[in-house]
Amino acid sequence: MTSTRANRPLLEVRNLRVEFPTRRGTLVAVDDVSFHIDAGEVLGVVGESGAGKSLTGAAIIGLLEPPGRIAGGEVRLEDKRIDNLSAEHLRRIRGRQIGAVFQDPLTSLDPLFTVGQQLVETIMTHLDLSEAQARSRAIELLREVGIPGAERRIDHYPHQFSGGMRQRVVIALALCAQPRLIIADEPTTALDVSIQAQIITLLKRLCREHGAAVMLVTHDMGVIAETADRVAVMYAGRIAEIGPVGEVIRKPRHPYTIGLMGSIPKLDRAVARLVQIEGAMPRLTAIPTGCAFNPRCPKVFERCRHERPDLMPVETNHAACWLHAPTLAEATRG
Amino acid sequence: MADGSTPPGGPKSGPLLSVRNIARYFDVSKPWLARVIEGQPRLLLKAVDGVSFDIPRGQTLSLVGESGCGKSTVARLVVGLYRPTRGQVEFEGVNVTALRRRSELAPIRRRFQMIFQDPYASLNPRWRVRDIIAEPIRAHGLMKDSGALNRRVDELLRLVRLAPADGEKYPHEFSGGQRQRISIARALSSNPEFLVCDEPTSALDVSVQAQILNLMKDLQRELGLTYLFISHNLAVVFHISDRVGVMYLGRIVELAESKALFAAPQHPYTRMLLDAIPDLEMSGRGRTPVAGEVPNPLNPPTGCAFHPRCPWANERCRREEPVAKPAPNGALAACHAVEERRIPEKTG
Repeated sequence: MTSTRANRPLLEVRNLRVEFPTRRGTLVAVDDVSFHIDAGEVLGVVGESGAGKSLTGAAIIGLLEPPGRIAGGEVRLEDKRIDNLSAEHLRRIRGRQIGAVFQDPLTSLDPLFTVGQQLVETIMTHLDLSEAQARSRAIELLREVGIPGAERRIDHYPHQFSGGMRQRVVIALALCAQPRLIIADEPTTALDVSIQAQIITLLKRLCREHGAAVMLVTHDMGVIAETADRVAVMYAGRIAEIGPVGEVIRKPRHPYTIGLMGSIPKLDRAVARLVQIEGAMPRLTAIPTGCAFNPRCPKVFERCRHERPDLMPVETNHAACWLHAPTLAEATRG
Repeated sequence: MADGSTPPGGPKSGPLLSVRNIARYFDVSKPWLARVIEGQPRLLLKAVDGVSFDIPRGQTLSLVGESGCGKSTVARLVVGLYRPTRGQVEFEGVNVTALRRRSELAPIRRRFQMIFQDPYASLNPRWRVRDIIAEPIRAHGLMKDSGALNRRVDELLRLVRLAPADGEKYPHEFSGGQRQRISIARALSSNPEFLVCDEPTSALDVSVQAQILNLMKDLQRELGLTYLFISHNLAVVFHISDRVGVMYLGRIVELAESKALFAAPQHPYTRMLLDAIPDLEMSGRGRTPVAGEVPNPLNPPTGCAFHPRCPWANERCRREEPVAKPAPNGALAACHAVEERRIPEKTG
């Protein structure tokens, strides 16, 4: 603990564990997940359905649906623990310091109020501004996220906006109080490709200009490649691999990441067959012992079946895979 | 050659499926009385407005475009779930749209089947998988003997890489990818030659998508199937197709061999779509920011529907609707700028 306050990461997640108690036992949806995000950095969190990526995001902002609960670990925002705060205290932090953007823009907007009313209310809750000031700030925000005719559009209702424009409004809403951290959960999944590109460019620019940290949760590797600085690949509730985005995409080290990258059809290379990972992600009720990926892994060996691997450094990346375990010889030498 | 409706040249020489200038309008006006009181005209949504293409036997044609471009409506028109407002669908030269009687339609219907996007909604949750797969065989009265029927279902389950024992289970016991395999087995049960696949992998994770795309390619080779593939995902389309049609506001704006289309896109909309795809290789390729959104189909722009978003639009584009003409890459492109060679060639 010699690091000074200045180079502390903005968000630090340590050994996070999320559980769902059920009648048939406790399901562990997020298991021992640790990572950090620096200010101005975009961390992509990628994985397939059920990998635990959205739950990780929800746990950080304290929006886990009961009976889900944080069962272990800690979440630190600007070096202050936020996972053990009261609901009321966390609610204030959520609006002020953490902004959230979800997949479906309609669920984040109230259909009965104009976008202006919603923006002004949020701004006045978190910042010490008069209504007139809040309104001009709202117009400014709408302009910043690229909504043409913001002065006029501010008095429209959510249904009067198209999908892409609505997502821009949600981003404006998330930015209202100039949060330090933005958690974006599949922000472009419901949008068409041409609109997707606009939203990604927007998120990236805003992150850079405001110096905010962004946790971008998505299943789309393309979006990650365009946006993220680092990427964490999740599998069955754990991080399988984490590293700089270029390294993870071009030189994946974990067999799951290798399979995942190969299974994506690419435009610059015609292949007869896509790389295929046999089987499917295990259900939470039946996570295999040892490495959770071992029944599907083409390189499985004895150790994988019994012992669970933690993240191990592999050049620039970290991979939770016994293939990269330091051998005894290296360990003694090091 | 058993039936008398064989077109000149014989059925084998022509395309298996041929769609001629098909259109489908939906009446979305308010109820009659409200319309009369408010003095409003009828409101027609031209979901598909004059689409033509051929699919040769054993090949895959994909239709690609953003939401609301009419690609799924074309799929439904082809299988007969919608009646066209105008135009026709020919299957081996037989005009299917003109057939009205069930006795005439049934033998042709058996030969094409559809796979839907959502494998959670398209399988009856109360039926065992075995009955779901056997349904088309029963509906068409293809097999009377229950032993033979069971053997056929086992064979179909194996064909889609499931186990015969899976037939006794219910759909909820399967993952999304396995359900899509069940949908494929059901579609194949009546021995069709032609499958219409409407976004078959959009609801699936990428690794599962790869399994289904590989399976579809294997089946095409093994059974000589012909596919009409509908998707919004250009990379998937590039992987699976022989030819690709790009749709925008109810029309095909460009139709070309898959390789040619992706190597040298002609129509400005195709170029824009390709530029918009996130670059996985991170080659530093400059992504052209896309301006604007798809306009309201109830009130489409005059002339070329793409002109408000097109960087090369001029007076003619605003006035005159372009028709599909041959372009340099062997494609058909409906664009004045391509025809007049107004678009500078891409460098690099």
